[in-house]
Amino acid sequence: MKIANKTVTATRLVEDALKKAAEFADYNIFTSLNTDLALQKAAEIDRKIAAGEPVGRLAGVPYALKDNFLSPEGHTTASSKILEPLQSPITATAVAKLEAEGAIMIGRVNLDSFAHGSSTENSYFGPTKNSADPTRVAGGSSGGSAVAVALDIVQFATGTDTGGSIRQPASFNGVYGFKPTYGAISRYGVVAMASSTDCVGFFTHTPEDMDLLMQITAGQDPNDTTTLPDFYGQKSTTATKPTIGIIKDFDTDAIAPEIKQAMTAQIAKLQKSGHQIVELEMPTLKYALAVYYVVAPAELASNLSRHDGIRYGYRNAEASDLASVYAKTRHDGFMPENKRRIMIGNFVLSSGFYDAYYLKAQKVRTLIIEEYQKAFAKCDFILTPVSPNPAFKLGEKVNDPVAMYLEDVLSVPINLAGLPSLAFPVKSDSALPIGLQLVGPRRSDQTLINFAKEL
Amino acid sequence: MKISREEILHLSNLSNFSLSEEEITSLGADLENIITYISQLDELDTTGVEPTYQVFEMENVWREDEILPQEADREALLALAPEALDYQIKVPKVL
Repeated sequence: MKIANKTVTATRLVEDALKKAAEFADYNIFTSLNTDLALQKAAEIDRKIAAGEPVGRLAGVPYALKDNFLSPEGHTTASSKILEPLQSPITATAVAKLEAEGAIMIGRVNLDSFAHGSSTENSYFGPTKNSADPTRVAGGSSGGSAVAVALDIVQFATGTDTGGSIRQPASFNGVYGFKPTYGAISRYGVVAMASSTDCVGFFTHTPEDMDLLMQITAGQDPNDTTTLPDFYGQKSTTATKPTIGIIKDFDTDAIAPEIKQAMTAQIAKLQKSGHQIVELEMPTLKYALAVYYVVAPAELASNLSRHDGIRYGYRNAEASDLASVYAKTRHDGFMPENKRRIMIGNFVLSSGFYDAYYLKAQKVRTLIIEEYQKAFAKCDFILTPVSPNPAFKLGEKVNDPVAMYLEDVLSVPINLAGLPSLAFPVKSDSALPIGLQLVGPRRSDQTLINFAKEL
Repeated sequence: MKISREEILHLSNLSNFSLSEEEITSLGADLENIITYISQLDELDTTGVEPTYQVFEMENVWREDEILPQEADREALLALAPEALDYQIKVPKVL
């Protein structure tokens, strides 16, 4: 991380980042810029440095905030119309920890509305373009975060990953993306999607930066009772020559040839450096996507019921009675994909269908978790592609929800089991960036990130 | 799986949406495709398998029943409401 010092000021770092943000305006990365406050904060850090006062581990480091983290700086829109007016009086725990170390938010970045999507095309503010090919999607839902880092506007960006929303855009743009163990980082002050799989994580250029951000933000938070007792950075984390598992069931025709090639090359590289490779049979994982599209809609339909135009956000001004305030506000305020998912959620939870879909999916979830437990008895980490294809064309899948969902088929099983996973960029002959992911057992976060330094 | 117009309207009502005719048609078709996709779970035998609702590794997390200082006070929260009056959030008539 390039932090401010006596020769390179925080003001300079922030000005450079803002200049680059303006240069790449066509990519539609930012939902709002934080110019004035960012420059004020930079000036304060420069004053401290000049006076010899202590500054944090991220002093003057400009970053981009996924626009579903609450803070009083700017409006937290979740890239939706319904939250567009929301200027939050509270600060997400992760944001507070970053700011306490001197990081400076230069702007909020685009996502699929309420993080519902795999391309950032479901944003109320329009799609973000891919950093390597502007005719293609950024990936999603944290598309703005990935592109802001890939174009080197900022050194890091925050993200959230419920079914792949950090790792897939990271791999579509050639940067590192980390989804920690469920509960490693507080979700307090983050707009909820599916509470049993939502995770906060980051985009960076290096595993070293990822490690630093995890050290700063991980930890138990009284404001989020699902956070785990502190574990990150608490014990020795060097695995000697970890054994790597590869999943035979994922080696199908659905995976693009260039991604298969990248896997083959990575496996050869690992073998050459002395790692044992074991083949795993995990036949239930192919059902994970169906489980996810029961569980996530059920949870998000409940979470999104709070957005009703009464206490905050947008309210339809023409509605004349309470029932129509709810219905008209939600009709205008949500994007089509939000509506699809809310209705699916209410379908699988409704009487008559609950056992057939919701309960069934939660039982299959148990089988998936057990399959991972068996796999980690045979290997230390699992290596898989992040997504079946590299970045697809804008508009290509937007009218076919199931085709869009299939982009998450390799990332969602990990969220259902609450495991940590790091997406890392690989060198390939492909014109588009390609990423692979390493998956570890719960709480192996730091070992996983440290291992990635060797790749 | 076929989803009837009545079922779409029922789900719309459960979701508190006022859908347009166009949306009723397009969302209906999308929902059918999604439900067909998730129905593949029927292929698996889950007899005797316990469901997993969360991966928190914990049951109840207790705290003292006391009021702690909050980041946002009453004024700040009321200021977020589209309409507020005399420390109350104002809504249109209920009935």
